[in-house]
Amino acid sequence: MSTNRLVDGVNVASHYRDATHQYDSNKEGIWLFMTTEILMFGGLFVGYIIFHTLYPEMFAEGATYLNWKLGFINTLVLIFSSLTMALGIYYCQVNQRNKATLALAVTILCGAIFMVIKYFEYTHKFHLGIFPGEKLNLEMVKPEHANLGLYFGFYYCMSGLHGLHVLIGMGLITWVMIKNIKGEFNSKYFTPVEGVGIFWHIIDLIWIFLFPLLYLVG
Amino acid sequence: MAQKQSHSEGHHVTPLAIYYKIGLALFLLTFLTVGAHSIREHIQPFAALVAFSIAGVKAYLVMAWFMHLKYDKPSNRLIFSLGFIFLAVLIGFCALDIVSRVAQNSIL
Amino acid sequence: MGQHSSGKNYINEEPGLLSWFGTLDHKRIALLYFVTVMFFFLIGGIMALLLRLELFAPNVTQNVGQILKNGDVYNQVLTYHGAMMVFMVIIPGIPAILGNFFLPLQLGAKDVAFPRLNLLSWYVFMTGAALAICTFFSTKVDTGWTFYTPYSIRTNGAVVMMVLAAFIMGMSSILTGLNFIVTVHKLRAPGMTMFRIPLFVWAIYSTAILQVLATPVLAITLLLLAMERVFGIGIFDPKLGGDPVLFQHFFWFYSHPAVYIMILPAMGVISEIITTHAKKTIFGYTAIAFSSIGIALVSFFVWGHHMFVSGQSELAGIVFSFITMLVGVPTAIKMFNWLATLYKGSIQFTAPMLYALGFLFLFAIGGVTGIILAVTAVDVHFHDTYFVVAHFHYVMVGGTLMAIMGGFFHWFPKMFGKVYNELGAQLSWVFIFVGFNVTFFPQFILGAKGMPRRYFDYIPEYEQLNKISTIGSWLITIGFLIGLYTMIQALRKGAKAADNPWGSKTLEWQTSSPPIMHNFDHEPTVTAGPYEYK
Repeated sequence: MSTNRLVDGVNVASHYRDATHQYDSNKEGIWLFMTTEILMFGGLFVGYIIFHTLYPEMFAEGATYLNWKLGFINTLVLIFSSLTMALGIYYCQVNQRNKATLALAVTILCGAIFMVIKYFEYTHKFHLGIFPGEKLNLEMVKPEHANLGLYFGFYYCMSGLHGLHVLIGMGLITWVMIKNIKGEFNSKYFTPVEGVGIFWHIIDLIWIFLFPLLYLVG
Repeated sequence: MAQKQSHSEGHHVTPLAIYYKIGLALFLLTFLTVGAHSIREHIQPFAALVAFSIAGVKAYLVMAWFMHLKYDKPSNRLIFSLGFIFLAVLIGFCALDIVSRVAQNSIL
Repeated sequence: MGQHSSGKNYINEEPGLLSWFGTLDHKRIALLYFVTVMFFFLIGGIMALLLRLELFAPNVTQNVGQILKNGDVYNQVLTYHGAMMVFMVIIPGIPAILGNFFLPLQLGAKDVAFPRLNLLSWYVFMTGAALAICTFFSTKVDTGWTFYTPYSIRTNGAVVMMVLAAFIMGMSSILTGLNFIVTVHKLRAPGMTMFRIPLFVWAIYSTAILQVLATPVLAITLLLLAMERVFGIGIFDPKLGGDPVLFQHFFWFYSHPAVYIMILPAMGVISEIITTHAKKTIFGYTAIAFSSIGIALVSFFVWGHHMFVSGQSELAGIVFSFITMLVGVPTAIKMFNWLATLYKGSIQFTAPMLYALGFLFLFAIGGVTGIILAVTAVDVHFHDTYFVVAHFHYVMVGGTLMAIMGGFFHWFPKMFGKVYNELGAQLSWVFIFVGFNVTFFPQFILGAKGMPRRYFDYIPEYEQLNKISTIGSWLITIGFLIGLYTMIQALRKGAKAADNPWGSKTLEWQTSSPPIMHNFDHEPTVTAGPYEYK
């Protein structure tokens, strides 16, 4: 059914007229998927905004437990990784395979740095007895507001889901990096790199809002 | 823009220089954000507005150039924006409800 | 045109069971869904029969009235009935079966945009379904399919597993919707403008938009519910200042568009059946097309009509009530256009046409009672009574299920290349149509008299009507069994079907029955609209 054939050096599935037709369709599919990611994450933002408005002092107290400097560094790390991801796509487009591989590798490395910093943030909090929701250790933390657990419920869910996506993104970038090393991409065909790149940029996009939301505005 | 157009099958190739400039801008805007944060007492009650406005600008830069939407089809821009629009619907109606709830005073 | 002397088609081309489980062909994937969804329908249906059996008599006399052990068991049965029917039958139903099969064919395409993603969708669906069935063998869920907090946070059942199952099935729905949108945008045959696509395609397209935009919010809602149960994060639980009504907002933001995911494809099927079996050009093609998109759009703004008595504000209630009335307008437009199509048409009372006529009658009642419920003052009394139960069964069963049966019979010759026994199919309709009204019409009256839904027992005053309702459920069962028998017999012994037994004008009938693997010998070129009958 999906018998491919070569059109101008690109593998095109039989139900597409040519490489451009296939590319345009693939891109549209990718964007539709990204829209669902926005809607899914967005639900968390909606919840956060509502409860921040209802409990402003409690949220302010919660934010004092967050280290904005680490958040700041992580923001720079992700922005840098977004740049290298874009470069990775660029180098595929201009047939510079090795530079593309390097750019993708650096992107993965940035993701790893992000996760390591996140790991330190989380373990530090665990050490203080800060767990989400009802699991917040009230004796250890002695919060001013009894429902401080609600704040940390949001904190862990939002940063956790985001972190999970970082890990998934790292896996996907590894996948396209390996395909690139094997020579599967060139200036005429680089759609998977682009798709993974857009996914990675969404992760960056979400963090651009998460950083002020959690670390600064609390 | 003419520089590395190559035979990329009509795929628009953003020049390297632009990518670096956007990256730099994003870095600077992040510094700006934490800068505003450090003087937040002085800019109240606008601290949150400033932080999110800068975030909005950063988001635009990422979407337009890194995600390439500026050079993509209008249909893809529409598709992606629908996510934000319907999110606005969700929060709009939820907020409408919560804000207009009347406190129930017990008559017991 | 479109015939192969070799006799090869998508069914026999690649032999062996394994070739089906690795297929990339949209028609085979449709049949994979067909078999599995019908199986889930059977289980969900048995749950319904159990419920109706329990409600046959009030539990005054322990030996006669009570079938299920106690109210807790009853709550579990109703939860599985609802959850299975919603997530495993009606939401996937027409899009995954008839949509998968006929979307590419009606567009003149060889397949959907992403065939591998299509197969993945089925596997993801089956994974979610399997997980849901696992809960059945663990501690059963008793929250109702709506999982309202705070009960869903506190109850003992395997809620986390169940909501994860629904999450996974939601992913399948998203991927299918995504696939269909790109297919409609990019794979139309030359000459087929958006205003020459069949109305079934418009319906599937509108549905796909809903699937992509609404389901992600369900996804995060279910994840948050799981987090509530595991960590007590507090968003929906008053204990930490959370809001149970917020759960309802989030839940219905998806679940209201979801009911349009259930009905829009059905309406598409009805358009196809009516125009073909009355041999008349559809009246108001553009109006029906735009109304599909219109219904999809407006459906996002009405969810609070499920929440009039939840504790949401009066203002929110008024706003939602008003917009809900609006959504009746595009729906009514369709009804009138179908009637206008039938007028002076050459109506054949085939089984598909009977199912379509049944749809018109039953959906009208279901839709109008929906508008009744949209009136906040009325809903205060009818909410959580059998009036609501009757309303949504009229639209979902009277609507979608009628349409799916009609669609199955309408497209049976094309899908399988066999002729079904018309009398058997018509008989199935008689039992289903009559049985349906006997089951559910009394429930409007019961609801108006105050009988609450999701109750294990009732006061003796309601006994008469409940008995009638239960008997109706047996009639429906007979109807489905006759229908199933008719289809199986046709598969085994049916005569060979012609390429276009109904004389229809849409593209799927211009190729062989069953279609060849690649659908068309030569890519069709379209020069006219899809319903040029007269």
